[in-house]
Parts: sequence; structure tokens; C-alpha cells
Amino acid sequence: MSGQLRGYPRQDGRKGIRNVVAVAYLVECAHHVGREIVAEFRGEAVHLIGFPGCFPNTYAQDMMEKLATHPNVGAVLLLSLGCESFNKYQLSEVVAASGRPVHTLTIQNDGGTRRTIEQGRAWVEEQLVALRRAETVPMALDELVIGTVCGGSDGTSGITGNPAVGRAFDMLVEAGATCIFEETGELIGCENIMADRAATPELAAELRASVAKAATYYATLGYGSFAPGNADGGLSTIEEKSMGAYAKSGSSQISGIIKPGTLPPKGGLYLMDVVPDGEVRFGFPNISDNAEIVEMMASGCHMTLFVTGRGSVVGSALSPVVKVCANPDTYRKLEDDMDVDAGRILEGRASLDDVGAEILGLIEAVASGEETKSEQLGHREFILTYKSFEPAGPACLPSRG
Amino acid sequence: MTDLRLLLLSPADNVFVLREAVGEGETLVIDDQAVTLPNRLDRGHKIARRAIAPGEKILKYGAPIGSATAPIAMGEHVHIHNIKSDYTATHVIERKQEEPAQ
Repeated sequence: MSGQLRGYPRQDGRKGIRNVVAVAYLVECAHHVGREIVAEFRGEAVHLIGFPGCFPNTYAQDMMEKLATHPNVGAVLLLSLGCESFNKYQLSEVVAASGRPVHTLTIQNDGGTRRTIEQGRAWVEEQLVALRRAETVPMALDELVIGTVCGGSDGTSGITGNPAVGRAFDMLVEAGATCIFEETGELIGCENIMADRAATPELAAELRASVAKAATYYATLGYGSFAPGNADGGLSTIEEKSMGAYAKSGSSQISGIIKPGTLPPKGGLYLMDVVPDGEVRFGFPNISDNAEIVEMMASGCHMTLFVTGRGSVVGSALSPVVKVCANPDTYRKLEDDMDVDAGRILEGRASLDDVGAEILGLIEAVASGEETKSEQLGHREFILTYKSFEPAGPACLPSRG
Repeated sequence: MTDLRLLLLSPADNVFVLREAVGEGETLVIDDQAVTLPNRLDRGHKIARRAIAPGEKILKYGAPIGSATAPIAMGEHVHIHNIKSDYTATHVIERKQEEPAQ
């Protein structure tokens, strides 16, 4: 079955399942110009990403470098106002070194809004012509990197959608693929059972420490990773939500902990530690679900499995989002937005294994070019904000040690 | 006998999860005992499998998900009004009464 997968080969050996032109604004002041350029190519593979801040941030620089060289990206247009702090020269060099066409437009030097838009559209058009001719090569299941997040969770998420994704993850890890789960703030209360699955005792200690860091961070901010809609849906506490969220990770051995933007060593299951290091700065770790998806992409995820109970509708720029709906009532209300009806487990119409296998089949179809519901609907949300991280310790990736 | 609308996720649990919404005044059977619901409860909400004392851990998936803040009778809705997190407090928005929660 995996013999049918085809990908766009990249210089670093990775393969893309999409071939998009990324238009990246490097400060909010260039956002409008970016929107106008992309608007010309509605329905085509031209996606807008960007960073709004004018203050320098190592994390944001690293994230943009990883996103601009994501395997699904074939060419990159950088949009600068001209006076912002973002290091556009370094970003451009990184993209060029990856073998991708890259072009920078600076609004202050390129004639202002209208002329920058015109030049940007012309450059994107040229890239699209070239990308349409790009050849694909066979791709194996073990070359895929798959992330998972959950959002708009309710009392069904942890019973149907999350464990079904866990089954799909077990099958993917067994096949040699790389799987990433995340949101240590939604693993509070699960630290001990999770640590039991670590590849080494040192990694187990790191897993516990990452959740303890999240608990401290959220306690300082005064709110857990828990929205009012979670309570409406029957969830009462963060640890109850955590137990449900944790089920997405399946039952495979945990091979390591990565920080956002780290490309995991090939194959296995990884936890992404999304909570910043050091003192609490810059506010909440991930201000919305899309910030989580962006971090998954920065660590190389070809697509993200998004489990929802209440009914999130978001997708993402650059890589597909597969929407797994945990609640059968929500599925009936939002069927056009949902790729998988996992809530039928609750109604006795399917087993967890059935839905897990369906998700795996869908991953292969999407990797082969089939559009997800959010892609069909044109969802291309993107958000990147300030964070700070320290490098992960050697115990976090034992296979690299 | 226990009602098929009630899902027991682990034998250790002291709560059931509702597989579907149950209306106000409807009766659920727990261990051959009938319990009448005073309010409608939506799918995914929890009810007590047995009487739970204040301070007792609430167990779901066989794991503690918080502690009781009040005595909870068998069959009673278990939620933010009678349990609390042992980590971070749960934040909810105050609603106007006439606005339904769903």
C-alpha cells in the first residue's frame, strides 16, 4: 500500500507531499502586502506564513527557517518592510542552501505597497509554472512524519478520537514512520504512566520534568490549558482532559523529547515539549490550536491529525490537517469540516481498531495528494508568536547519544 | 445490571461516562438501582458509580482526575460543581440563565 505514495524530492533527502510557494511576511507591517499577493492565487498552492513581531527572537527565526525549508515547500518569497529586526538575510541564505528558489522583496526599497505586490505576484507566478512541472518520486510510509494535536475537546475526545489516533500511531511507528505528540500542559496528571513508556530511565526523568515544567508555567499564568467549552462538553479538570489527550500517543515506546523545530531522528514516537524554558515570558505557550500545528510543521510533520469533540474547523498553511471528529453529534452538525467520524465508536457502529485503520488509510491517501476537508475549504490558518527555549539535554534523544 | 447508556472506562473507576444525552426526569439503572436525573446531561458527562465522600479522588480511565469537593450520591452528576483539579483550577465563563449550555 505504501508503494503508491509519491513525494517531491528535496536536497536534504526528505520528500514533500505537497509543493507550495510559501509567501512569508517578516513583520506585521508586511502582512497586508503578503495577503494581497496570495489573494491573486486563490485555490492554488500559494500559502501565506509570517511572524508579526518587530523584536528579534531566536525561536521565531528558527521556526521560520524550518518552515521555509519544510518538505512541502517548493519556493519561498520573503516580504520585509525594511526596518524590522527579523534577520531576513540569514533566512534567505538558509532557504537558498536548501536548493529552493528564494526571493526577498523589501517594501521600503521596492516602491511601496502597490509595486511590491506587483513584483511579488510576478515572482510567484514564475515559481508556480516551475513547480507544476516538478517530478515526484516513490515515497515509503517510513518517510512520513505525522503530528497530532487536539482542540475543542469534550468528554468524547478521550474515548473515541484520541485513542483511535493512538491506534493509527501504533501502526505508523510499527511501520517505521515518525510520530509526534505534544502539549505537555495537557499531559498534567499523566507524567508517571507516560514515563513508564520511555526508551531509557534518563528519558523517563526528562518526560516527568517536561510535564512538571508545564504545570509550573501554567500555574504561574493562572490558567490551565482548559477552555470553557471543555467543561460544557463534560470535562471537569485539566488532568481529566490530559488523560484523554494522552491517548493520542498510542502505546508505543517513547523514543525521545524534542523542542519545536527539532527534526526527530528517523522513526519512532516523540513528545514535543512546547512549554518555553526559563522564567515565564511572552505569555501563554501556545495561544491557540494553530500555534501547535505550526510547531508540528517546524519539526517536519507532513500532516497533522487534529482530534476535536466540540468541533474545530481549522486547517493550516503548508501542510494538510486531518480532522478526526470524536463526537457523533458534532459530526452530524459539521460533517463538511470533518474527515473522520470517530464518534461512531460511541454509537457501536465501529471499533477503535476500525477507526484507527481508517485514519491510517486516510494518511496514505492524503500523502498521495487527496485533499483533506480543510484543504478543500481553503483553510490556511497560521500563527507564530514569541517563545524562548534552551537546547534539549542529551537524555532527551537517547538514540542520538 | 447497569444501563447500557453508561460507559465504564476502567473497573477501578468511581464514575461512568454518558454514551448519549439523558433527559431531565429520565431513569438510569446502576447496579440494579434506579436513579432519576434531576437535569438533562449531555453526552460525555460523568455520573457517580457509587457514593463519593468529600476529598476522595475521582477515578476515570483508572486514573485520578481530581478530588470531590462535596458529598456526591450514586448517580449524581460529577462535574466542576463538586470536584476540583489537584493541579490547576478550572476556568469557566458565567452564563446567563436563559442561555442553554449547548
